Amino acid sequence: MTQNISFISSWIKTNSRVLDLGCGDGSLLAELKKQRNISGYGLEIDPDSINQCVAKGVNVIEQDLNKSLENFPDNSFDTVVMTQALQAMRYPHLVLDEMLRIGSQCIITFPNFGHWRARAYLTLRGRMPVTKQLAYQWYDTPNIHFFTYSDFEALCRERNISVLRKQFIGEHFLDRLLKNLWPNLFAETAVYHLSK
Amino acid sequence: MSLDSRENSVGTVSAEKILIDKPLTLACGAVLPSHELMVETYGTLNANKSNAILICHALSGSHHAAGYYEGEEKPGWWDNYIGPGKPMDTERFFIVSLNNIGSCFGSTGPTTINPETGKIWGADFPALRARDWVESQRLLMEHLGIECWAAVIGGSLGGMQAMRWALEHPDKLANSIVIASSMKLSAQNIAFNEIARRAIKSDPDFHAGHYLENHSLPKHGLALARMIGHVTYLSDELMGQKFGRELRSGTFSQGEAAPIEFQIESYLNYQGDKFSSGFDANSYILITKMLDYFDLSREYQNNPVDAFSYAKCNFLVVSFSSDWRFSPQRSREITDALIGAGKNVSYAEIESDLGHDAFLLPNPRYESVLGNFLSGIADQLEGNSQ
Repeated sequence: MTQNISFISSWIKTNSRVLDLGCGDGSLLAELKKQRNISGYGLEIDPDSINQCVAKGVNVIEQDLNKSLENFPDNSFDTVVMTQALQAMRYPHLVLDEMLRIGSQCIITFPNFGHWRARAYLTLRGRMPVTKQLAYQWYDTPNIHFFTYSDFEALCRERNISVLRKQFIGEHFLDRLLKNLWPNLFAETAVYHLSK
Repeated sequence: MSLDSRENSVGTVSAEKILIDKPLTLACGAVLPSHELMVETYGTLNANKSNAILICHALSGSHHAAGYYEGEEKPGWWDNYIGPGKPMDTERFFIVSLNNIGSCFGSTGPTTINPETGKIWGADFPALRARDWVESQRLLMEHLGIECWAAVIGGSLGGMQAMRWALEHPDKLANSIVIASSMKLSAQNIAFNEIARRAIKSDPDFHAGHYLENHSLPKHGLALARMIGHVTYLSDELMGQKFGRELRSGTFSQGEAAPIEFQIESYLNYQGDKFSSGFDANSYILITKMLDYFDLSREYQNNPVDAFSYAKCNFLVVSFSSDWRFSPQRSREITDALIGAGKNVSYAEIESDLGHDAFLLPNPRYESVLGNFLSGIADQLEGNSQ
């Protein structure tokens, strides 16, 4: 994770139950444990990431998000988090439904494919963008569903998902200046706090 | 065997027979006024006695989990994972490994003398439950002056003890490591156990379990029981790779008088014979019954989440992809119940084609998951004791 998303901890209640889908090396859960004393579990399938979680003392469960999450009962978590993984899901809209079934709220971060740099890459070079956020070639990328900030907003409207709050992240000066004015063009990463 | 394979070994070890001179009331109501346990320990107990790990063996295990006996070439059954620098690091932990009651490696069981009658227990040894092993282990813990295990660890039936410990004595262990295990046996598991028991009982040398008094041994029955069990420990893939349809003797060509023997036949017969000369038939019946009766949540309204809500320790659950005796699904059920109960748990599903036996065998991923989990525990202990 390249961006600082530590502000997410202010969106999470103290002592709450958090499920992190695709938890990577477990650093977010470790941070939330420290700051909010959460009871957290991460799901992951990458053996190295699982090892890192175990070494950190973060609860990690080996489970493939693309298979099924039906072992998690309805409303069994306060918050379900997914950072930078929705675009890699086989069926992102179904995963989103599952997140809001398992948790009363969810927090999602995703790379905005509508960012000006991605647009410029495609327009000017005529090639699929390879940027810091999307650092793969088209044939080996795990990111199989590209979508923009506007696409995600439309999906939330269609599925009657309430947006509690959102925040945009951009690293460069121009992005930081304009990301809140034209998020679809200047937000590199979008962070959403959702509920049913 | 070259000296190289003894690298990172605990070296030469010997067992100690410990008398537990306190009555043990078993789940069936019978009381053992005292009992003896064969015990091996590896590593050094620290000053505040906080670095002890209890090893729980499975059906056919013994106290000899690591190192070598004087003059022997074969190491203990979990030597791959116990030793200096290994996941159960003997430079950081004090490891306690015992032979449980009812087994047959020197601890009180069907082959020892019943003090009341002066005769060998044989088939009269009382029925046992996993909780009886846990109670006996707790008495051993008291004897050793240990108040809380840093971890209780076991594979298969050993994992069942590690779970039972967490429910029965929540304040007496900090971590429970449950490997290739299950909260209860399936009908298929019980079926295989019953076939094994019937094989033993059908042996004319069984004498209703009193074969020792009759100076006989039901070796054929026990070998057959082990052969059946052994098939369930291996995966179809592994058997295919290891033996395929290779012939050990004879030939497929017509008119050949020599009988055909497949490699797998020869292997299974060898395993059966080896086992039947080292294990006791009554112990086999007793411990397979213990497996069959095990049901973690029966006394908790059959609700595993309720059962685990009594636990206070952290858990690590590990399964192996090709294990069909206690498949990964069984471990996922354990994990889900622990999450439901809000307990700290990590779960790893290790890719392996070695079947149920994988928990005993070398595997880099299994080693690193177990090693990382245990070194986290050691770091904490060493940090706190400074």
